[in-house]
Amino acid sequence: MKIAVCIKQVPDSEARLRLAGDGRWIDESEVPFVINESDEFALEEAISIAEAKGGEVIVFTIGPARAAEALRKALALGAHRAVHLSDAAFEGGDAMSNGRALAAAIAREECEIVFTGSQSDDVGYGATGSVLAGFLDWPHSWLVMGVEMGEGTCKVTREMEGGLNEVSNLALPAVIEVQAGINHPRYASLKGIMKAKRKPIDTPSPSDLGLDPSAIGHAGAGVEIVSVDFPASGKGAEMLEGSPEEVAALLVDKLQKEARVL
Amino acid sequence: MSGQDIWVVLQQRDGALHRQSDELITAGQQLAQQTGGAVHAVVLGTDVGGLAADIAGRCALDTVHVADDPVLTPYTPGAYVGALKGALQSAAPAYVLFAHSYQSMDYFPRLAQQVGGSVVSGVAGFEVEAGAILWLRPVLGGKLQAKVRTKGSGPVFVSIQSAVFSSDELAPGTGTVSSLAVDGAQQDRDLIGIEQAGEEEVDLSKAAVIVAAGRGVGGADKMPVIEELASVLGADIGASRPVIDNGWLPRDRQIGSSGQTVAPKLYLAAGISGAIQHLVGMKGSGCVVAINKDANAPIFSVSDYGIVGDLHEVVPAITAAIREAKG
Ligand SMILES: Cc1cc2nc3c(=O)[nH]c(=O)nc-3n(C[C@H](O)[C@H](O)[C@H](O)COP(=O)(O)OP(=O)(O)OC[C@H]3O[C@@H](n4cnc5c(N)ncnc54)[C@H](O)[C@@H]3O)c2cc1C
Ligand SMILES: Nc1ncnc2c1ncn2[C@@H]1O[C@H](COP(=O)(O)O)[C@@H](O)[C@H]1O
Repeated sequence: MKIAVCIKQVPDSEARLRLAGDGRWIDESEVPFVINESDEFALEEAISIAEAKGGEVIVFTIGPARAAEALRKALALGAHRAVHLSDAAFEGGDAMSNGRALAAAIAREECEIVFTGSQSDDVGYGATGSVLAGFLDWPHSWLVMGVEMGEGTCKVTREMEGGLNEVSNLALPAVIEVQAGINHPRYASLKGIMKAKRKPIDTPSPSDLGLDPSAIGHAGAGVEIVSVDFPASGKGAEMLEGSPEEVAALLVDKLQKEARVL
Repeated sequence: MSGQDIWVVLQQRDGALHRQSDELITAGQQLAQQTGGAVHAVVLGTDVGGLAADIAGRCALDTVHVADDPVLTPYTPGAYVGALKGALQSAAPAYVLFAHSYQSMDYFPRLAQQVGGSVVSGVAGFEVEAGAILWLRPVLGGKLQAKVRTKGSGPVFVSIQSAVFSSDELAPGTGTVSSLAVDGAQQDRDLIGIEQAGEEEVDLSKAAVIVAAGRGVGGADKMPVIEELASVLGADIGASRPVIDNGWLPRDRQIGSSGQTVAPKLYLAAGISGAIQHLVGMKGSGCVVAINKDANAPIFSVSDYGIVGDLHEVVPAITAAIREAKG
């Protein structure tokens, strides 16, 4: 069984953010990048299924040269090979153009199941997996909290609102969009890291995938970011400053006298 | 003029409208003032004619389209996409609005792909600049707000966060009800059942004081700093989702869109960044105190008092100060 996993490389959530000169995105030059959180869970799910049932895990990413690090990490964790859509024509995409490109890359392999995260921690469209499922014409499920592989089907638990879960069977092939927290992602072993160095990373061009450059990346996107900014600070907190002891004393005083909640 | 129209797709379950429905119609009405088009609503399900009549009887809009068919129960993305695709392709509205709910997020991006439109999810409002709509949406965990424009062809599919538009501003009036033919809609999931996600043993909704732990606490072994503060305050302990996912606390402590909704008089958030999914669960709190080492953390924008610092130094100091104040 071939299992596809889509992973995105995103800025580490701990990173200090500075705006880029043109104000359209952050200055990425000094930002550490990591694998998107829900994608780590998607990857763990895929690797553990392959371990239990036998199979090959192929990781896919769209991203610049630096995204190869995320692929190497996935290979070190146990994925077998990787596909990196790194051509400049893939850059600047949205959920629609990235979903189209990923679907074309996945369609070249005979995958039985695709795992994605539910939401990217940078642009957070929460849509790329469902769009790619639409292009493949496979059933999908978003916000998946449990997966059990059957014969030709997959039992999926999807999070609903109000503390409820929907449990249903999807016919395979299908696209499973994993929510963070579904499993316990493993750590890479030294042996895994060594082995990853020899695993192949394929870098197909748009034409290798039969894709028209005008349909992918920024050219094929329906949305673009015009500007980003730090959010207006709402009602705005009163910031307390000083040593831990000083701010603690100040806070207790304010909670007693101003807010009257103590 | 259909190319300017707004379609608002309403969610219902067991014959009850989703709580955000009036906000969405309001959003549609306000957007229509900008585009100059008409507002249409859609209700999908089985035996939902009464819901459609209710909306058409009290809201200023053009038409309420009802897709009423057994294939639409239980909900599946295949049937919903199938039911809406043809209607949207022929009506070709400018915008199609949805609640940013777990159900619409499950199918509307696929509907956009099938119809040939764009996806703008999780919006927190819009601005008009030189006649064009710019959508506001949080990015990077809410640390930044982006303004987004659409540049594709086809309708723009938008999901809107709750409490962005106020149903108090809903323009009253009436509209007509029209039935929408459901051809070729097929279920693409075999529902086994709907289950309770977990045992809810702890009810935080009535808690007067909550100390909430975030990923910044750093591990299950570091939880005593939070426990000690909660103990001197007589507070309940809550948490953000990663704390639960990592197993540092049980699931019934989670606060947010997939956890509990709380409204204590005092909410102390330690090591929580303030992502929208967390904020929706605690924004009804009276006094909010945030402790975070990142001065730009979005939690400060909903706080009354903020402390920038290492929670492992600040929280024990607060615990000691409260102990002292209480004598
Ligand atoms: C569909 C969906 C539903 C979700 N539902 C929920 C939900 O119900 N509830 C929820 O909470 N989240 C939910 N989330 C997740 C949400 O998007 C965020 O990922 C989550 O709230 C982040 O939790 P956090 O603030 O604890 O972690 P992070 O965002 O990682 O923030 C940690 C914070 O701790 C600070 N910090 C680190 N170390 C220290 C230190 N020593 N001292 C002080 N500060 C420190 C950092 O500066 C940072 O701001 C959901 C996500 C999705 C996609
Ligand atoms: N550039 C990308 N490369 C690979 N996978 C991606 C990319 N962008 C999004 N995805 C996948 O789609 C999921 C949802 O992303 P998004 O729609 O941006 O919230 C992510 O969790 C990834 O699994």
